Amino acid sequence: MAAMTETMTINMGPQHPSTHGVLRLVLELDGENVVKATPHIGFLHRGVEKLSEYRTYHQVIPLTDRLDYLAPMSNNLGYVLAVEKLLGITEQIPERAKVVRVMLAELTRLKSHLVWLACHALDIGAMTVFIYCFREREHIMEMYEKISGARMTSNYFRVGGLSADLPDGFEKSVREFIDAMPGHIDTYEGLLTGNKIWQKRIVGVGVISGEDALDIGITGGSLRGSGIDWDLRRDHPYSGYEEYDFKVPVQDGCDTWARYKVRLDEMRESCKIVRQALDKLKPGPILADVPKVCLPPKQNVVNTIEGLIHHFKIITEGFKPEAGEVYQSVEAPKGELGFYLISDGSARPYRMKIRPPSFLNLQALPQMVEGRLIADVVAVIGTLDIVLGDIDR
Amino acid sequence: MTDQVAVEKLKAKFPGSVLDVKEFRGELTLTVKAEDILAICTFCKKELGYTMLADLAGVDLSAMGVSGPRFQVVYNIYNIKAKQRLRLKAPVEESRPRIDTVSGVWGSANWLERECWDLMGISFNNHPDLRRILMPDDWVGHPLRKDYPVQGPDREPYQGRQI
Repeated sequence: MAAMTETMTINMGPQHPSTHGVLRLVLELDGENVVKATPHIGFLHRGVEKLSEYRTYHQVIPLTDRLDYLAPMSNNLGYVLAVEKLLGITEQIPERAKVVRVMLAELTRLKSHLVWLACHALDIGAMTVFIYCFREREHIMEMYEKISGARMTSNYFRVGGLSADLPDGFEKSVREFIDAMPGHIDTYEGLLTGNKIWQKRIVGVGVISGEDALDIGITGGSLRGSGIDWDLRRDHPYSGYEEYDFKVPVQDGCDTWARYKVRLDEMRESCKIVRQALDKLKPGPILADVPKVCLPPKQNVVNTIEGLIHHFKIITEGFKPEAGEVYQSVEAPKGELGFYLISDGSARPYRMKIRPPSFLNLQALPQMVEGRLIADVVAVIGTLDIVLGDIDR
Repeated sequence: MTDQVAVEKLKAKFPGSVLDVKEFRGELTLTVKAEDILAICTFCKKELGYTMLADLAGVDLSAMGVSGPRFQVVYNIYNIKAKQRLRLKAPVEESRPRIDTVSGVWGSANWLERECWDLMGISFNNHPDLRRILMPDDWVGHPLRKDYPVQGPDREPYQGRQI
């Protein structure tokens, strides 16, 4: 006679460190096996979409970097590109601004992937990698501080270009960092890839086929780990990505191991892109010549009355794009980050809908963990690389 | 297949359903009848290759100053092979804010529709699990509606910066 079994329901999170912020999972367990997983989100909900309806287009920029706080510049970039598309000034962005944007977006990708690797490894029990990754991330944070004054919540991109030029010596520090980075990535791989414990914990865990992944809306490295060769930087280039030479890493293992390999390769490709951006960087203007949208140079503001009036009007009134709607997405470190903007012709967005990558990636969690062990849940949350600020908005 | 071909095919298949076609900044927007949304989405996925629902948004038009139904449900769909985006819009009446679910067509619609219900109050027929997702279960009202105060229901309404 078979033994009588009864399932048990437990709460995982919101306080558990591996739930990456404030994710609560209700797990129905049969012994150690997960029968059903139900994610509960919304603990952070800050109403960014609602708030942005009450701000001018420029005032929304600092809200966006608080979405995915591990990759703030990618969010800023997505938003400013969407507004530029709405205004129809995409073609007028100066070359230098575009190159700097690409360079910082790729440094942001490195920064975000470093946190992913650190936390993923720590979840599974590898402490050294965590410390190493945060050491490298610190360099990128310092660069953020130099250009925007903030370590996490950067506010550097503007509609039409950048808020200021790069500080002196910035390119040199980026080059030093980027020359050392591939060696660091080899170190992480050296610590993990051949490690038997690491392999046992992630090979064949959290399997999701390419078709299922596409259906549920997974994007980014998680999708490419399921064998779907799709990257917005290559397929819908923005900010001049078509001029860079890089590969899109794809693995068809569909498991945590494949996603781990994809993201490590992505970090190497990001280093290449940053290096190319540094070579491309030529002196030039950093703001588009669109007087109704972009602030005048500071010298004009303090020296001429026209400049002062002009500055005052943009700051107090904002600018008014013509009525219409656009959807612009970028390849954020976690996947497709989209901004759907509706303008009614006033100085504020009528509606802004954010398409956050983590929200849709997390939706796949139940089908990835059901039928597996509870220990695998931790590995799967790590591999999805979610950030609750991105999910809850 | 270009965007235009997709639009022509949709028009031929659903002659009475396509209400409007608009192009803005190189993006195509099709307004379609809400009652046919399930059939149209199924056709878009199966026949036209729009295998991915990138985003689903609810829009409240009540502050826009336009006549017609108050709400819209907007589907940003994507054809991964042809690398093309298309936007479908379905107007939804205020008196009966309901539309068929497309979560059977694209799995990603499941949470996106829950979010739309939660924040905009548009309900989805036959949705497998229509619960609030970002707000607590006992929350009253739908925060993204234009008549919902930005600082919450029990506070002095914040009017924003006067421009």
